[in-house]
Amino acid sequence: MTQDGSGLELRGIELLVDGKTHIHPVDVAFAPRGFNILLGPTLAGKTTLMRLMAGLLKPTSGQIWFHAQDVTGVSVRKRQVAMVYQQFINYGHLSVFDNIASPLRVAGVARAQIKERVGKIAELLGLSPMLDRRPSELSGGQQQRVALARALVKDTALILLDEPLANLDYKLREALRDELPRLFADRDCTVVYATTEPAEALLLAGHTATLHEGRITQFGETGTVYRQPVDLTTARAFSDPPMNSAPISKLGAEFKFPGLASWPVPRRLLGMPDGPYLLGLRPHHVKPLADRSVGSVAVEGRVSIAEISGSESVVHFDLQGSTWVSLTHGVLRYEVGATATFALDVTHALYFAPDGRCVSNDPA
Amino acid sequence: MARIDLRNLRHSYRANPQQESDWAIKRLDLSWAEGSANALLGPSGCGKTTLLNIVSGLLRPTEGTVFFGERDVTALSAAERNIAQVFQFPVVYDTMSVYDNLAFPLRNRGMSERDVDARVREIASLLDLDATLGDRAAGLTADGKQKISLGRGLVRSDVNVIMFDEPLTVIDPHLKWRLRSKLKELHRRLGTTMIYVTHDQTEALTFADQVVVINDGVVVQAGSPVDLFERPQHTFVGHFIGSPGMNLLPATVENGIVRFAGHVIATAAPQAAVPSGARLEIGVRPEFVSFADTGVPVEIVKVSDTGRNRIVETRHGQSTIRLLLDEDEVLPTESVCLRFDPSYTQLYADGWRVGTEPT
Repeated sequence: MTQDGSGLELRGIELLVDGKTHIHPVDVAFAPRGFNILLGPTLAGKTTLMRLMAGLLKPTSGQIWFHAQDVTGVSVRKRQVAMVYQQFINYGHLSVFDNIASPLRVAGVARAQIKERVGKIAELLGLSPMLDRRPSELSGGQQQRVALARALVKDTALILLDEPLANLDYKLREALRDELPRLFADRDCTVVYATTEPAEALLLAGHTATLHEGRITQFGETGTVYRQPVDLTTARAFSDPPMNSAPISKLGAEFKFPGLASWPVPRRLLGMPDGPYLLGLRPHHVKPLADRSVGSVAVEGRVSIAEISGSESVVHFDLQGSTWVSLTHGVLRYEVGATATFALDVTHALYFAPDGRCVSNDPA
Repeated sequence: MARIDLRNLRHSYRANPQQESDWAIKRLDLSWAEGSANALLGPSGCGKTTLLNIVSGLLRPTEGTVFFGERDVTALSAAERNIAQVFQFPVVYDTMSVYDNLAFPLRNRGMSERDVDARVREIASLLDLDATLGDRAAGLTADGKQKISLGRGLVRSDVNVIMFDEPLTVIDPHLKWRLRSKLKELHRRLGTTMIYVTHDQTEALTFADQVVVINDGVVVQAGSPVDLFERPQHTFVGHFIGSPGMNLLPATVENGIVRFAGHVIATAAPQAAVPSGARLEIGVRPEFVSFADTGVPVEIVKVSDTGRNRIVETRHGQSTIRLLLDEDEVLPTESVCLRFDPSYTQLYADGWRVGTEPT
């Protein structure tokens, strides 16, 4: 279907509602295949952007191109698009089979073919044993699979998934995160997937666009956006627990964290002018002191929050009046109020200029 | 405050339970020490709410006894048990101020206004509600109202136990982690026996010193967060706690030697006889699997980047084995073998860990 290799493109798309900017002007050419992830917190504009892509909303200015055609004015009915929402939407009075079959029936597909295609997609999603049941008799995860099956049963050129796993329990999310990329691996369609969770973006891989207050701050391969953010806003959007940051200064060949420590400037950054910078350190690069490795800086802080998530431990501590977060693999019990020592692994640090631009990325 | 004991407990919602599946709680003995922080953790439908209702007195068990200290309270109503409960959704009086909402349970007990005031202010400050004490509850967000519900649950110091039933459901994710940790701190300050019911492992492990994991009406493990991670008593715990969960591989045992697909595997299990005819599995968490020169030969199927590490999915025959790799570790490209850390490699017979030491 994607003869010319071009997928979905936003050209100068902008949306104003009552004079207020909801989506800032943006140009993005999404990857024609694989996952395109929209990552950002609630109200960053993910759903709005998807509604624009689907044709459910009209942009104030700009164009939407799909397969090298301007589809800006084309109604949602005439576009080959399917959408799955956070709340599983199924027809309660229809069986699982009829739920999945409904888009094919609307399209006038022959009965025998409907049976075959529903059977195939149900098999893929593990729904075969429950085709005769009603959605209400299924678990939440199964209901969401029905909604997914309905979106996938028709050959659709564009699939929009708006936080489809948000309402599922975490073990199911884990299984579906693994399953979803496999489902789309052989399909010739553009997938756009919205999520608030950085971990989900990373696990689904593909490409990621980070969103902040209606603005796409960066778009690229997911791993690149994560490890080489263009600015502080992107780095923050792509860190959970939140990224640690602190003002530091560069003086010759040293970075100085006032009152705490100093460490050598990495060779590739020696050419940067002296002056103030912002240090960015993700929580897993702040470790309990036992883990101290070469190139790390030891600091002491008062523990304010300590959490265990099953296989990871998260500790918040106070460092010179600001809160820092450390994430360690394994189960560690910290006492709130106690003082503990942590090692900052500055070999993995990100450095930002005072205007927020990331200055530590390798020139690509 | 009291120690709580559940003895020989069984419960069925059916009038005439016939088969095993008719029982929502399938025989259970549990003790919660006085002043302890506990969690009941399990997936929806596992029986944890049934158990909670039995402790609070909303439900009379089909069989068994509930003790508060030395006293048999099985026949007592919820009101007679002197407990406090915080539910999933806020229970507040909209027409009252935040202050009056917090004071209500105390005034009900005839406490003097002076003592009421001291206690309300103490709890309000612990929950960061000081600034809103004069506000009408009606104007608050769902978060704000739930904080009042928490405050009302915590305000009385003379209760036997405080029970929380999924109390953070309506809380915004940004506030959730603050409150999770806050509740732990509150327990330490107040010292009341607390039982926290949730399906969320982070909430359970963060709050509790002892976590009771329930599946299908059975307690599969009662232990500390470290126990659940390092020594899952049941394969369900290995799967449910931690992400990704424990690897489970079909095993055979001959003359005390454990094998997976013909390969000898050293485990933490004692050389005790395993029950004959039992389904045997080796369980090892991805954290305790590493690449090695010798061991179980595998093929790498998929590598997923989580940002902080990589989940490597490997295969040996029909079996999938996952392991974790640090972000700077190099992924082997030649033929690869896996090694399991013997101290953290368990043997399971029909789902239960072999060599369970008495608790």
